[in-house]
Amino acid sequence: MAKAELMNYEQALEKFEVVIGLEVHVELNTNTKMFCGCRNDFGDEPNTNVCPICIGLPGSLPAVNRKAVESSIAIGLALGCEIAPNGRFSRKNYFYPDLAKNFQTSQYDEPIAFEGTIDIEVPSGAVYTVDIERAHMEEDAGKLTHVGGNTGRIQGAEYSLVDYNRAGVPLVEIVTKPVYGAGAEAPELAAAYVRSIREIVKALGVSDARMERGNVRCDANVSIRPHGQEKLGTRTETKNVNSLRSIERAVRYEIQRQAHIIANGGTITQETRHWHEDRGITSSGRPKSDADDYRYFPEPDLVPVQPSNELIEQIRASLPEKPAERRKRLQGEWQFSDLEFRDVVNSGLLDELEETVAKGAKPQAARKWWTGEIARLANAEGKDVADLAITPADVAELATLVESGKINDRIGREVLQAVLEGAGNPAKIVADRGLEVVSDDGALQAAIDEALAKQPDVLEKIREGKLQAAGAVIGAVMQAMKGQADAGRVRELIIERANA
Amino acid sequence: MSELTPDLVRHLASLARIQVTDAEVDRFAEQLSLIVESVATVNSAVAGDVPATSHPIPMANVFREDLVEPSLTQEQALSGAADSDQGRFRVAAILDEE
Amino acid sequence: MSELVKKNASELVELLQSGEITSVELTHAFLDRIEKLNPVLNSYLHVNAKEALATAVEVDRKRAAGEKLPMLAGLPIAVKDNLTTTDAPTTAGSKILEGWIPQYDATVVKLLREEMMPILGKTNLDEFAMGSSTEFSAYGPSKNPWDTGRIPGGSGGGSSSAVAGFLAPVAIGSDTGGSIRFPAAVTGTVGTKPTYGAVSRYGLIALASSLDQIGPVSRNVLDAALLSDVISGYDKHDSTSLPESLGSMAEAAKSGSLKGVRVGVIKELNGEGFQPGVKARFNESLELMVKAGAEIVEVSCPSFEYAIAAYYLILPAEASSNLAKFDSVRFGMRVTPEGNPTIERVMAATREAGFGPEVKRRIILGTYALSSGYYDAYYGSAQKVRTLIQRDFDAAFEKADVLVSPTAPTTAFKFGEKLEDPLAMYLNDIATIPANLAGTPGMSIPNGLATEDDLPSGIQLLAPAREDKRLYAIGAALEALHEAVWGKRMIDFAPEVKAGA
Ligand SMILES: [Mg+2]
Ligand SMILES: [Zn+2]
Repeated sequence: MAKAELMNYEQALEKFEVVIGLEVHVELNTNTKMFCGCRNDFGDEPNTNVCPICIGLPGSLPAVNRKAVESSIAIGLALGCEIAPNGRFSRKNYFYPDLAKNFQTSQYDEPIAFEGTIDIEVPSGAVYTVDIERAHMEEDAGKLTHVGGNTGRIQGAEYSLVDYNRAGVPLVEIVTKPVYGAGAEAPELAAAYVRSIREIVKALGVSDARMERGNVRCDANVSIRPHGQEKLGTRTETKNVNSLRSIERAVRYEIQRQAHIIANGGTITQETRHWHEDRGITSSGRPKSDADDYRYFPEPDLVPVQPSNELIEQIRASLPEKPAERRKRLQGEWQFSDLEFRDVVNSGLLDELEETVAKGAKPQAARKWWTGEIARLANAEGKDVADLAITPADVAELATLVESGKINDRIGREVLQAVLEGAGNPAKIVADRGLEVVSDDGALQAAIDEALAKQPDVLEKIREGKLQAAGAVIGAVMQAMKGQADAGRVRELIIERANA
Repeated sequence: MSELTPDLVRHLASLARIQVTDAEVDRFAEQLSLIVESVATVNSAVAGDVPATSHPIPMANVFREDLVEPSLTQEQALSGAADSDQGRFRVAAILDEE
Repeated sequence: MSELVKKNASELVELLQSGEITSVELTHAFLDRIEKLNPVLNSYLHVNAKEALATAVEVDRKRAAGEKLPMLAGLPIAVKDNLTTTDAPTTAGSKILEGWIPQYDATVVKLLREEMMPILGKTNLDEFAMGSSTEFSAYGPSKNPWDTGRIPGGSGGGSSSAVAGFLAPVAIGSDTGGSIRFPAAVTGTVGTKPTYGAVSRYGLIALASSLDQIGPVSRNVLDAALLSDVISGYDKHDSTSLPESLGSMAEAAKSGSLKGVRVGVIKELNGEGFQPGVKARFNESLELMVKAGAEIVEVSCPSFEYAIAAYYLILPAEASSNLAKFDSVRFGMRVTPEGNPTIERVMAATREAGFGPEVKRRIILGTYALSSGYYDAYYGSAQKVRTLIQRDFDAAFEKADVLVSPTAPTTAFKFGEKLEDPLAMYLNDIATIPANLAGTPGMSIPNGLATEDDLPSGIQLLAPAREDKRLYAIGAALEALHEAVWGKRMIDFAPEVKAGA
């Protein structure tokens, strides 16, 4: 798994056209699994949310979860897809120990939704239309743990353990058509696309959409071809890319890796590849070959799904606002500049911002906190903002504390840090630690007296119009008050004193 | 129709995860070729435009409500397994990554 | 031997209800006979004496206390060993499941328990119900009580030999291509495959999901009807289960008549090429029916010619997928090869050791039929043949109320006779397979002995989907005509089975 040689990114794009394709698996947040009544909750003790159906005991039969079908239709509609008047399940046959029946019940030639489109804005502001080929229903597999060796990895493991709690959890797999023309922005487009899918399924309320928990998982197909060449290049499918940052990095890596190989006369192997977050590389997985014969056939234990027009229209009517329309509305309400607003969207923080504003923060303050300090902290930890332990309610509280002058910006940052460390919500932290700024003028006057005693000429300079001279006194007062003073108020008091 | 050569039988057996000896491969190839020759007649039966029937009694839209039903206990779930460990089914190492 | 065991189930139910016999007494009578004769017939793979008696005791206690009981409470029954039972091992006749105790009861088993029927044990079958003779059972074949050198039919030869040998009054079978009806024909008993979906398949170890159907095995039509009424009905665990009730088969059996019934003789299955004695008995029955007021019409089902071919593509294809779960991970046998094998090798070695030759043959055939490049020619075409067969049935039922044919081309053959020739074995099912492909109901009832070998032959009745009642009404009427001619039940012609030395 040596690090492959890479071509410089700009050079790669000069030489090659990039084509990407994305497969996103969305785990639905139904109460129960796709084909049985077990709880859809795989964080529990292993093999406790399992039954004869989801561990594939002989004689058991599947039964389709109505809610999962409705959620799938909602996703299809939100992606602008047609809903199939006649869909059915098929069996995808292959042996793997996390697959209880050694076939996955999935949809093959008759997916529930097909032919959609979605507009995706990338950080530069450019908008690309991504065509959706299909969205289909299927079931998740169980979870393998590799034991022995020293890595916890599959290679070198002595044996593996299987927990089927996740087996049968309903998934919707959304597959794009090949996406052309994004050029250097292909990696950003891939990430922005997945972010949009997350936004959509979250807004629909059909998935918890937490990437770090695997609720949204992305497989990224990448191929390149010399500019002007008609024939598509051989693609690789990078699996297991489970954060927005990783998607961007993995696509970029594959472009550079493939470019190096082709430029040096090599050929790309059609294979699955694995993304290694820690090392920032992809490694070779299983080659695709003729042996991949899934022998799909219609699932004989299930009957077709034929959603009525009435049901489809009912679901369509209950769809939330389209993301693009919502953005337009929010930008207007918040009165953000295009640049400010794009910054929020690109950070994937629209939901957080909206909630923060709803909880009472001023839009600009909310924006400043989320895209500023919070984003910086997340970045420093190599995480997505969404994964930090802070809620919009916390941020709203923080912004309100600053707005009302109870704390200043600097203390605010300190409080934020404490929230992330789990010390409680901002108001509690301020109270516990006595961080509220000193607004008692008497205490401030005393501190000013003390500072002026050391710099007696300051008042004179102010009177002469050299207002910046106040700075030294303000600094001394703030120091004396251990930062818990409102610097603006201190300044006012000093100027009052000079003009008295 | 294509004949079931020993190589094809070996490939099919591997797809079906059945270990086969050379003798078995030869025997199956011979027997299955005869069977395939005989069943291949289905092709000539459906020359026209005939829809496929995968469910003998046509039905649609049979759904289960999204309500939790009792699961097995971990002990019950593992009771039939050849080997288990830490509440999980234990299997030999997996060579092939995913 | 108690003569009790030879009585029809309907009579036993009356004796139980009137208090003339107890369920414990009756259950003991069958258990005694099983103990004596099962070593000869090998009908049961597992005998559930303790549990059966516990149910019997409970029934007797409730009856003594004057509590209301279900209709068949206290009547013992045998269950084919491809239905899951939490209190008895379930093997499907395969080594790969040896000793497996399922974690759940099949829906049909649950219904039998609710009916408070003591379950005597689990009956033998060809491995995973793949076969027509029980010779493919991993636990040795069952014997035909009429001649223990001959097969009892298959796959449900355990149930048919148990019922024909009086080791159970009634039994449960499963029929994918004739596995209830062919054994019935060669053992002089009654077997019904209901309309697809009439009986829940939940807990039936699947052979071919779109063909499998559970049904009753008995010694007369009314008994089959009584049992059918217990096991039929919608089950939310089986998505292909029919939502509507098909009515009471027992009532249909009691009110049967042949007057004005249009009986269709299928040109393509009219006995041409069948064993002479089988054909002669079939023609006699047609005459009997005419005398009773029926009208014989000839119908043609040209696509039946392709039924076996379609069947031997659809069945192995579905079976190859259904049997993939037997991989040593969650249940069943595990074989670990030498060295430090990977899971792939453990699975392959387990399936090599755990599956018999016929199962492997069909899995490989099914894998082939579904492979890319072959799917359309094989599985796809076979599914189209199904449509043609349904059309043939539709056209035939325009002209006739029921269709009839001999159930099987021959009487029971000798062990080993067709073992090495899969194609010859497959031909047994020529008359029974079309009903499975079309989902329509079929019944085999005793049709007299073939003169050349004095062995039972059967007549098959076929009705349109959901019209199972016709089978019971007409079957019961024909049965009554036969018994009037013979002066006794056909099963009473059977020689007494001799206990082993
Ligand atoms: Mg998939
Ligand atoms: Zn389950």
